[in-house]
Amino acid sequence: MLALRLGTQISRDRLRAFKFGCGGSRRSLKVAVVGAVGGIGQPLALLLKQNPHISRLSLHDLRNTAGVAADLSHINSRATVCHFEGKDGLKKAMDKADIVVVPAGLPRKPGMKREDLVGVNASVACEVAHAASAVCPGALLALITNPINVIVPIVATILQAKGTYDPNRLFGVTSLDVVRSKAFIGDFLNVDPQTVDLPVIGGHTGRTILPILSQCQPTYKGTDEERKALIKRIQEAGTEVVNAKDGLGSATLSMAYAASHFVNSLIRGIKGSKDECIVECAYVDSDVTEAKFFATQLILGPQGIKENLGLPEMDDEEKQALESMLPLLKKSIENGIKLGMEMACQS
Amino acid sequence: MKGIAADLSHVSQKGNVTGFTGDVELEPVVRGADLVVVAAGMPRLPGMQRDQLMAANGGVAVRVATAVSNACPGALLAFITNPVNMIVPTAAEVLKAHGVYDPRRLFGITTLDVVRSKKFIGDSMNISPNDVHIPVIGGHAGITILPLLTQCQPKFKRGLEETKQLTHRIQEAGTEVVNAKAGKGSATLSMAFAGAHFVDSLLRGIGGQEGVIECVFVASDLTEAPFFASPLELGKYGVKRYLPLPQMSDSERESLDKLLPVLQQNANEGIEFARKSLKELEKAAPAALP
Repeated sequence: MLALRLGTQISRDRLRAFKFGCGGSRRSLKVAVVGAVGGIGQPLALLLKQNPHISRLSLHDLRNTAGVAADLSHINSRATVCHFEGKDGLKKAMDKADIVVVPAGLPRKPGMKREDLVGVNASVACEVAHAASAVCPGALLALITNPINVIVPIVATILQAKGTYDPNRLFGVTSLDVVRSKAFIGDFLNVDPQTVDLPVIGGHTGRTILPILSQCQPTYKGTDEERKALIKRIQEAGTEVVNAKDGLGSATLSMAYAASHFVNSLIRGIKGSKDECIVECAYVDSDVTEAKFFATQLILGPQGIKENLGLPEMDDEEKQALESMLPLLKKSIENGIKLGMEMACQS
Repeated sequence: MKGIAADLSHVSQKGNVTGFTGDVELEPVVRGADLVVVAAGMPRLPGMQRDQLMAANGGVAVRVATAVSNACPGALLAFITNPVNMIVPTAAEVLKAHGVYDPRRLFGITTLDVVRSKKFIGDSMNISPNDVHIPVIGGHAGITILPLLTQCQPKFKRGLEETKQLTHRIQEAGTEVVNAKAGKGSATLSMAFAGAHFVDSLLRGIGGQEGVIECVFVASDLTEAPFFASPLELGKYGVKRYLPLPQMSDSERESLDKLLPVLQQNANEGIEFARKSLKELEKAAPAALP
């Protein structure tokens, strides 16, 4: 049950224009969701079904896609919904996709770190990479499957081996770290979280997540103690939800929200609206630091990454935090590249 | 519930989220609320009709209406819980027993029937579903769902056979999803979409926006059925204005005449369920009612 108190209102048309953008090319887009029946996949597919720029929403999972597809197909928005299952269905689901978003895989349980998921979730990465090379080599790939720090290098390595790798088109979705930062800072400053903006760089687990509070707009004015506690909370927010769900999963709803926001930005970038500069943080192939993959703010365009905005200005503490986490991130990346090489030969 | 609350609380939008679990905590959940929307209850399984759900879900209506009566009697109360045709009369009866009933503030959400109508008609006419406007009146189960295709804008220009098929598909669309989910539930995502759309309209009405019109199942004098879905204008206190019954063709009038006794029967069953539950509650705790 939902009990609501009143808030401010905005007309539906203005909200749709703000969320999805208007203008730009009239090209309609095909988006595939791999893992569409899961806890993230279903709410994510629901949110994407509402994007007026998507003409085909393709759902894939191991099983039970027919029901989810029938359900979504009744929503009065443009996209037609199709569904596919199993290994054979993956290529069909992704065929000629413009964007493939991948929430598939197992979530953490209490006590697990994201890295503990590598064994089981690496195979998801492998299958998606092989399928993408075969049927949609030009697609933008947005990976949610954890541990992102390892999964993205796996996919990159396989795509490279297949000769279909474009570093501007492969993203690890870290938007949830930005969403959480905005939510927690908004609460602290007692402002609308939507008015908060800051870069969140690095990776997507524990202390590889670096919210750059010194660059926060509006200015973050906490004590040292509060600042440390806030950074820790942002870094451990995923675990906060895993523990609250007590064995029933990890963040699904907030993840779906963040991922759909990111995919909507990818779409606005593809549509190429002249009026706006679309900036998102994501974990991508990078030479910004000595880590081969690193999340920074990016300008998105018709071919994926238009420009990497590089490292933001940082204070001394933030620079230290960056230096201290780089070895950890590099180790995860090496692990991912190694796994990717082993899996590149599989078909 | 605490997990879902923690999850949602991380979303970077205004509004605090708190989670509560169990019957004991129902009143604190709704205390001071302006609006209560109820999705709780069992879904249909393949082969099940909506009225078989009453045995499981009637209690939800009684418990929620009781909590609302005690903790937020002025709130707008909107039910998704099926069977809507019975659940809403049940809730009305409980609110009456507590002396807080306002027919303008109690709703059965039928928005999904409108959503489906727009989608199926849009597909049939090869236009954007958002450009389709059509009243869907009556109730929220099978033949009680009456999409008035003759009043569709833009005009629905198809023959009698296709009109019949489309009407039937809209009426049975819920079952279509129940069967596709093969035992794993009924419509959830499209229902959440439709529910959110309706709640958004309620909020616009409360906020003073003019001309917010939705089809919704409410206490009604428009027909002989005591509860009936028709287009209404929503305002600060719930229903602001009951629009007149839309025009309809002879064939649609015939369908209306057939569904009214069903709605009447559903309302009677809902009221009976409430009265029985209230008697049992009175025996258990005589001081509970005024």
